[in-house]
Amino acid sequence: MNLAEADRPAAKGAKTLVAVRHVSKQFANGTIAVRDVNLDLARGEFVSLLGPSGCGKSTLLRMIAGLGDPSVGTIDWATMNHDAWGRPARELGFVFQDPTLMPWATALDNVILPLKLSGTNKGEAEARGAEMLALVGLKGFETSYPRELSGGMKMRVSIARALVTHPKILLMDEPFAALDEITRHKLNDDLLRLWEANQFTAVFVTHSVFESVYLSQRIVVMAARPGRVMADLRVEAPYPRDDLFRTSADYAHWCRIASEKLKEAISA
Amino acid sequence: MTDATLSPAAVPHDGTDAEARPIFREDRKVLGISTEAWPGILAPLGIGILALAAWEFIVWWREIPHFILPGPLLIAKTLVTDWATLSASLWVTLRITAAALIAAVSLGVGLAVLFTQSKWLEKSLFPYAVILQVTPVVSIAPLIIIWVGDINLSLLICAWIVAFFPILSNTILGLNSADHNLRNLFELYGASRWQTLRYLRLPAALPYFLGGLKISGGLALIGAVVAEFVAGSGGSASGLAYRILEAGYQLKIPRMFAALIMISMSGIAIFLTISWISHLLLRRWHESALKREN
Repeated sequence: MNLAEADRPAAKGAKTLVAVRHVSKQFANGTIAVRDVNLDLARGEFVSLLGPSGCGKSTLLRMIAGLGDPSVGTIDWATMNHDAWGRPARELGFVFQDPTLMPWATALDNVILPLKLSGTNKGEAEARGAEMLALVGLKGFETSYPRELSGGMKMRVSIARALVTHPKILLMDEPFAALDEITRHKLNDDLLRLWEANQFTAVFVTHSVFESVYLSQRIVVMAARPGRVMADLRVEAPYPRDDLFRTSADYAHWCRIASEKLKEAISA
Repeated sequence: MTDATLSPAAVPHDGTDAEARPIFREDRKVLGISTEAWPGILAPLGIGILALAAWEFIVWWREIPHFILPGPLLIAKTLVTDWATLSASLWVTLRITAAALIAAVSLGVGLAVLFTQSKWLEKSLFPYAVILQVTPVVSIAPLIIIWVGDINLSLLICAWIVAFFPILSNTILGLNSADHNLRNLFELYGASRWQTLRYLRLPAALPYFLGGLKISGGLALIGAVVAEFVAGSGGSASGLAYRILEAGYQLKIPRMFAALIMISMSGIAIFLTISWISHLLLRRWHESALKREN
């Protein structure tokens, strides 16, 4: 199934997990959201999709998730396990811009939703859910309702829910855009920690240059009207990244490069 | 209102905002009701007592005859002396009301679920539900009584027609208002129709359904009473509306008032019961049941 690998190695030695080929998306109202996007996502890599609003980065992410099909082109997956309905099991986690929690369910019940839907038995699901909540720093909040949690905490629950199935790929659609800067930095750090520990592929949609440089190995810069890929940039800075990195000259250097690419993309 | 006391679990000081766990303070209570709720109970109660006293005074002062306007004391006395007859009638009316409400809930929710599963079914049947709603029950009650024959069943059907629509339309609205991203999430995880209904759409519809139920509870009672007025039947198993008609013919106005009060009280009791159930179901999560603090 790895047809992508042959002609387009995504990264040195890394296997391609998802291959986006000549993908375009036109909405019913005629808007071309995405035009002819080619993108290989390597296993275990942290990629940011960076671009101004309206550049189709969210649309692209949703198509990768399987929410809406491309009008033209294909999205191929390296693994092709099939679920009970014969659909390809994508083994992915998705974090929306809003926490998107069920208000009537406790934090734990929200986290174990994917397990419940796949028919995992309750005891095991709850054990895994509690473990995941602890990993995102919410131990002791299992029985709290979303209403009782702060914005940052709700987002943590949302991340825990996305990771509870141990997905191969975690797709995030501007997850921290609505949070204050302090909380956002904290969540960025926690996300990197989880990524390093769990080895999933991360695709992170953002319009923040600083966030994308801090998090990613690779930044895909997109332009708007129509949405298209303008640049594919490698951030050659080692992990683990922490506050030291945030204040380093190296970080500033990469931010400048990414900003320039973004500026080019906007004026293109 | 909230008497929930969350036990503050041991939270590690790990520098996350996890330490900001909300702790609900316990309300102080007098006679099982929180001190904050008392003014809300005492104020209308005071007004009521004042109005009743004024009523009694005017009846006594102007020497208004009983068959025109009985005083509240006489009505209370009638309520006690006629209790055997009136309570039997109350029981009849309440039974019809309850049966109509149960039928309205099961058919309303059932149809709402069917409608949201099939757009065509909704498009084909919903107009008829609207017709059922806008046709005055008084005007079709005689027909129903003629067609059905059995008087209790006729009354039940009339009360059901009135109570059914708010539940149907509110539940449809609720089932369709589940958050779009949550629906996407369910789709992503390959949830079946049944799972989406059970874990997403039904819980999302609950507050709307309860809103409809509050309206329908009162309407079921009104429907039962109105239908009985139209039926005007005699017999041993006659409801409160029949007692009112009967007392009117016999000029037993105090008894008429007593029956009227029993209907009002029943309506209030139904409303309070449903509100209480609603509060219990929603208090932990829904905006409407949460106390605002700012």
